[in-house]
Amino acid sequence: MTPLLSLGGLFAKLSLLAIGGVNSTLPAIAHEVVDERHWMTARQFAQLFAIAQSAPGPNMLVCVLIGARVAGVTGGIVAGLAMVLPAGILVMMVSGVWQRFQQARWRRIVQAAILPITAGLVLAAAAVLVKAADTSFLLGAVSAVVAVVNLRSRLHPLWLLAGGAAVGLVLR
Amino acid sequence: MTETRAPLSHRDLFSGFFHAGIIGFGGVLPFARRIIVDERKWLNQAEFNDLFSLCQFMPGANIVNFAFAFGARHRGVTGAAAALAGLLAAPIAIVLVLGRLYTRFGSLGPVQHTLGGLASAACGLVIATACKIAAPVMRGLAPVAVAAASFALVILVHLSLAVTMLIILPVSLALAWRA
Repeated sequence: MTPLLSLGGLFAKLSLLAIGGVNSTLPAIAHEVVDERHWMTARQFAQLFAIAQSAPGPNMLVCVLIGARVAGVTGGIVAGLAMVLPAGILVMMVSGVWQRFQQARWRRIVQAAILPITAGLVLAAAAVLVKAADTSFLLGAVSAVVAVVNLRSRLHPLWLLAGGAAVGLVLR
Repeated sequence: MTETRAPLSHRDLFSGFFHAGIIGFGGVLPFARRIIVDERKWLNQAEFNDLFSLCQFMPGANIVNFAFAFGARHRGVTGAAAALAGLLAAPIAIVLVLGRLYTRFGSLGPVQHTLGGLASAACGLVIATACKIAAPVMRGLAPVAVAAASFALVILVHLSLAVTMLIILPVSLALAWRA
């Protein structure tokens, strides 16, 4: 299979499985691009994810970075569109129904059902990233401090990313 | 929701989401909310919340889904395309340049050390996000069990995401139905 088809197929499938957002699919993306397709190492995956987090824009940008690494600019655009189009088309189709059933009980049930799944999957994403990125005690401490500061203060996440990068550069 | 107001032009849709995208460091949602609700008054807060809740509940990137749904309500499929193009054009161009730099210089020692620290910080942000999502969920045994099972099926049992969903979604719906 050509890289473009492979990228398009992978992210189009994950698009429809991204319950609660793109972060839910990070363990699946890591598994596919690192273990199954050998496009990059786990460490490189964690670094691409970090670069996407540091850029402005939605967090599906990690898919663009993966696509670009595999098949250049075209690969990046194909991967990005594959990640957004299936879900986006579905949302456009459902949006009218959603408005009509604003008070319906099933709406609250579905929302209540999805939230704990999202929580579990984003925790799984965190576990995958910690395993890939936190290869030393120092780096583990960076993750822990960033998590606590982000939960306890209103400091902009960009400062935390910059702080982590500075610690990596200076203390290594 | 928007019936009483005149539909926005393609140009408005593009520019509104373009602004949100290019300043949206660390998540576009707060910036999009400010532009759409506070500055341009395209939706009030309740309308914004209702449409955003749809985008959270549907699969896919939440804010990208929001651009699709909001654009489509105003100008149909081409409106969705305008909003999507506005939201993604600048961020995609920026990460493509960053990706190129990473391929070129990523293996240099100091760059590796910097990226190592950056990746750990990004991990920390995901941990915090997971805690924020989990906090309101962890009331009652059923949601905790569903969250733990989702985590375990992916990380410990190594099931694919599709199979995990097939197992956990019906269970979670049934539990939410009975609650």
